[in-house]
Parts: sequence; structure tokens; C-alpha cells
Amino acid sequence: MILFVEQALNGLQYGSMLFLLASGLTLIFGIMGVINLTHGAFYMVGAYSAAFAVLSTGSFLVGIAAALIGAGLYAVLVEVAVVQWLYRRDHLYQVLATLGLILFTNEAVSMIFGRRPPLMDIPPFLQGSVPLLPGLDYPLMRVGFIVTGALVAIGLWALVNHTRVGMLIRAGADDREMVDALGVDIRRLYTLVFGLGGALCGLAGVMAAPLLAIEIGMGERVLITTFVVIVVGGVGSVRGALVGALLVGMVDSLGRAYIPQLLQLSLPASTADTLGAGLVSASIYLLMAIVLLVRPNGLLPARG
Amino acid sequence: MSRSAFTRRMIAAGLASAAALPMMQSAFAQAGASAPVTIGFITTLSTPAGYIGEDIRAGFQLALTDGKLGGVPVNLAIEDDALKPANAKQAADRLIQSGVKLFTGVNFSNVLAAVVPGVLESGGYYVSLNPGPSSFAGERCHRNYFVASYQNDAFHEAAGLAANRLGYKRVALLAPNYQAGRDALEGFKRTFKGEIAGEIYTKLDQTDFSVELARVRSLAPEAIYQFHPGGAGINFAKQYANAGLGKSVPMLIPAFSMDAHMVGATGDAADGIYASALWTPEATTPASKAFVEAFRKAYSRTPTMYAQQAYDTANLIGSALKAVNGDVGKQDEFRKALRAAQFTAVRGKFSFGPNQHPVQDYYLTKFEKRPSGEIVQTMVRKIAEDYGDAYAAQCKLN
Repeated sequence: MILFVEQALNGLQYGSMLFLLASGLTLIFGIMGVINLTHGAFYMVGAYSAAFAVLSTGSFLVGIAAALIGAGLYAVLVEVAVVQWLYRRDHLYQVLATLGLILFTNEAVSMIFGRRPPLMDIPPFLQGSVPLLPGLDYPLMRVGFIVTGALVAIGLWALVNHTRVGMLIRAGADDREMVDALGVDIRRLYTLVFGLGGALCGLAGVMAAPLLAIEIGMGERVLITTFVVIVVGGVGSVRGALVGALLVGMVDSLGRAYIPQLLQLSLPASTADTLGAGLVSASIYLLMAIVLLVRPNGLLPARG
Repeated sequence: MSRSAFTRRMIAAGLASAAALPMMQSAFAQAGASAPVTIGFITTLSTPAGYIGEDIRAGFQLALTDGKLGGVPVNLAIEDDALKPANAKQAADRLIQSGVKLFTGVNFSNVLAAVVPGVLESGGYYVSLNPGPSSFAGERCHRNYFVASYQNDAFHEAAGLAANRLGYKRVALLAPNYQAGRDALEGFKRTFKGEIAGEIYTKLDQTDFSVELARVRSLAPEAIYQFHPGGAGINFAKQYANAGLGKSVPMLIPAFSMDAHMVGATGDAADGIYASALWTPEATTPASKAFVEAFRKAYSRTPTMYAQQAYDTANLIGSALKAVNGDVGKQDEFRKALRAAQFTAVRGKFSFGPNQHPVQDYYLTKFEKRPSGEIVQTMVRKIAEDYGDAYAAQCKLN
């Protein structure tokens, strides 16, 4: 039972990480209709910015600021320099351009920071574990991750539902031509959303950095899962991204934890191992397929 | 496309091929006796794994004196494969056509599988400086194919022997779910005598291991053996330490799961990890000390095992080139000289087994934090002497 709680917490933590990445991506996709493959690169830029800020100042808070600013600014730069010119083009152009930007970003980062992955230690106030239940000590860093995800979810909910910008974002996701026709400077809104998405990626980057290798190409590894999240949750909706991220996080974590063991109960060991490993890898895609069968637009799409 | 753009492109293509000409000419010229021998050196210089290629190139070049290897002038035709077998195959075919007979440099088994058959069919030689996949070690061994590094399974088998020596009775195993991961665990199980507490396969692209770490804790093994190369290895070690397992359950790994480069990114989480290895920068033999010192002087960094493997391979090739005075066309003599392996290896004892894969000593090493805060890989003890590989018996070369 304790083990199950721990695995569920792991799922929750993975879910909050995915939520930080997916909320920005879903807004960009939903509002601007842009397939932005560079999104993973923002995450990498955030992690690198944080690592080098922490290395030179020693303060984790400066690292968080550097990640938010670095990734946010880079996202704005990408929007203004490249993506802006492709809004009216076909998705294929956007995919090609943003794929090119992934390669560009990877090479640029390795030229600026070098190929050696920088080291970022866990900040002192997040080191160690906390006893959550008798017999369950959970690493504080991961608790911090869950709390960050929850705070961002609340913050985004307030932003989207209770501010003027949020109203425009919702309107943009619903019908962008109409927003434009009503005299709103949709260009600026687009740049803003891109920057916001980038900053959220940066936050994910800085939180993940102490637990991960900060390396070139770290963004591509999370990108596909992030797309799965927004497809499951429904494109363009932050609520959908939250539900999708938690679902995908839970299915992936609990799948990894229990599918091989469950199969071992009923099948011979070697078959169970092969089948289990395959099922574990496929679990989130199976989830996506089932959701799409039942609700082709995702669970909570922006456009009902 | 407009006409002028098309013309421009044609001109650019023309210029590019013109620029390639001198290289091809030099390759053709090697028929002459005193002309340099061209060595096709295909390796991975870009992508996150590019640091390995850089170290391989640096180690190989360190063995050259005034552009000569074993007193014979050589010309390295260096190509980047970007970790893509197709790129490597193209580069190899191009070099084969321009008359190159001697190849080395490849760093990954899957890339090697694309390069080696073409080289051997053209009557060329391949001397591997890092991967030694089982597919070419047994029945498909070849008289012109040499592995100067290790057979891939050997580190895992050595780790199994190390676990026996450390007295572990119950060990949990973790590896990514792909061929090399499965081979790793099979290799370990081949020599480990104790009980396997559990085998956990991770996803190939996985970055977070919290779920698996919780499983390890619930299995409560005496130790774990894990194989996660590259960034995943760093992630695993950091998260293992963060979960508090590092202190209670010792971790054993094969050497390439944690090299000098990765230690820097892992930090204190690497402290206390055991690894099976052929060599570490801390080895105290005179050849090793001289190599580490020369490498640090030339490149201002500590060499990884990849650099050491490349350096040894270069010296092996040098010894054979010297024996035939640079004439690779003397096939039987050249092969015989390679097989004799008359060179001083940085790692210590070295000879070839019947399948032209190494027979050598393996060590248990430990990552330890020095009072200065630096983490070094120290030699603990020798765990296998004159150790070959499990596939040699299937090879019918002679």
C-alpha cells in the first residue's frame, strides 16, 4: 500500500512536469494553430540558463529567474524571427521550420556552453526526504516539483479565467479571426503567449535540472510525450493540458511499476518480461488511442 | 526553383567536388611506397555523444609523432557519422572507392554493423577501437576484422565476477529495453553466482527513474547492477543518490556507464559507485601515467577510457604498419603483424584470442571522493586475468 502511494506520487510528479511543458504548447497550438516542435528546445535552454546562473552565483533562486527569462526570451525571439512569418502557411512549413530550429538550437547551445553536461546540484533547502506517511520518505526535490506544478496550475487558471489577457487567450483559442476583427492586436498576443509558453518550459527545465543530465537534445525526449498530453487533453485548453498531463503521468508511472509484475503472475517469466516491456513503452499511446476513439477532440477541448 | 538559383547550386556543387579532389588524389597516391597510408576514421563528432568522438580522435592523434604511426607517415581521413549508420556507410563507401584499405574510429555498435561488411568485402581492414558486438565475434568473425578494445559482453561478465568477489548474494538488475540492454543483463547473469532479486527493464528514452527506484527499494537487494549509457546514466546515478539508495544499496556498473566526462555532470552522486573496467586514469603503470600526462598536456583535460582505447588502437596499427614498412598491400604480413599485437598497451597486458578479439585483464574500480572534492575512479582489485569472451569458440578462422 505504501509502495502504491509512492508510485502514485511519482506519477503526480511526472504529471506536473508534463503539465509545465504541455500548458504552453497547447496554447500555442490552440491559439495560433502552429505546430511548434521547438518547444522542447525552450526546456533545454531553460535548464542550461539555470545551470550556468547557479554555477556563477550559487543561488537557486537566481537560477529560476535565469531559466524563466532565458527560455521566455528565446521563445519570443523564435516567434518574432521565424514563426511569425509562417502563421498563414501550411502546417508542413511550420513543422519544417521548427524542426530546423531544433537543430539550430542544439548546435548553438553546444557551441556556447560546450558538450560537457553542466552539473547542477539540488539546492540545500530541497535536499533530503520528508516523511509523508509512516514508512514513506519522499525526496523533497520531488515534493517541490509537485508543489510547483500545482502553483502554476492555479496561476494559469487565474490568468486565463480572471484577467483581460486570459480573456483574449480564450477568445483567440475559440475564434482568432473574430478577435482580430474586433481590433485586438493579435500579433502582440501571439508573441506574449509564445513567451509565456517558453517561460513555463524554462520552469520545467530548472526544476528538472538537479535530477537530470542537462544535455543537448534533452528537449526532444520529452517533446513527443508532451504532444501526447495535449492530444489526450484536447488542443488549446489549459484544463485539458492539466487533465492530460496527470493522466499520462499516472498511466506511464503506474504502468512501469505494475504491468511487468502483473504479467509475471499469469505468464512464464521470459514472455512476461518481453511483453511487459513492450506494453510499458506503448501504455501512453494506448491511452491516447482509447481517448481518441471515445472523444476524437480530446477530453476537454477548447472548442466544444 | 528559379533558373539562377539552380545555376548557383550547380556551381556550389562543382566547387564542393573540386574541394574534395585533393583528398581523393592523396588516397590514390598511397600506391607509391613513401606516400602516407590513409586511415579511414569514421566517428561520431556531433550529437550529444560527440564528446566521445572528440576523445577518440584526440587519443588516436596523440599516438602520432610528426604525422607518423610506427615510423610510417599516415593521413587520417576523419568523417563525422552523426551517430547515423547510413551516414557512416556513405562515408565508408566513398573512402573505399578512393582506395582506402584501413579503417577505424567507429564508436557505436549499430554504426559499426553498417560500416564493417563493406570494408571487409572490398578487401580492407577494420580495427575497432571501441565496440565489439557479439554478431562479429562468433561465427561471423573475419580475418581482416580486429577488435582492439573489448567484446561488448566482457564488461558485464566482469561485473558479474566482481559481484561474486564483493560477496553479494542478491542483486537487482536494471537496463533499458533494447538489444544492448538485454545483452548487458545476460552477460552479468552468465558469471554471477548469486540470486537475481529482480530484472527491471526501463524505456530507452526514459529520463526519470523514480518508479524503478521505488521498485528497487521494495525488492531490497544487497546491491544493484545497472547499465544506462550516456545521459540516462547520469540521470540514474543522480536520482539514485537523491532517493537515499546510494548509501544503503551499493551500485555496480560497467565502465561505460560512467566515464570521466559523466562524473563531472553527476557530481557527488557518483561517490561510492563500483565499476568493472579495463583501465582508469588512476592506473599506476608507467605507460598509463605517461599517457595521462601527455593527454592532459595536449588537451588540458583528463582522458576518458575512449581516448585510452583509441590510443592503444593507434599503437597497435602503428606496430603493424612498421612491420610491413607502410605497405598495406602485403596482406599476410600485415595481418600477422596485427595479430601479434607487439605494442605496449596503456591498459597493461594485451593479446588477441582466436577470434581476433582481446584477451586481457579486467579490474574492479570505485568512484571515490578525494578530500579536495574531486571524484576519481580508483583501482580496487583485479577481477579477471587473461579474460577472453564467450564467442571465441564459435569462430573458425584458422
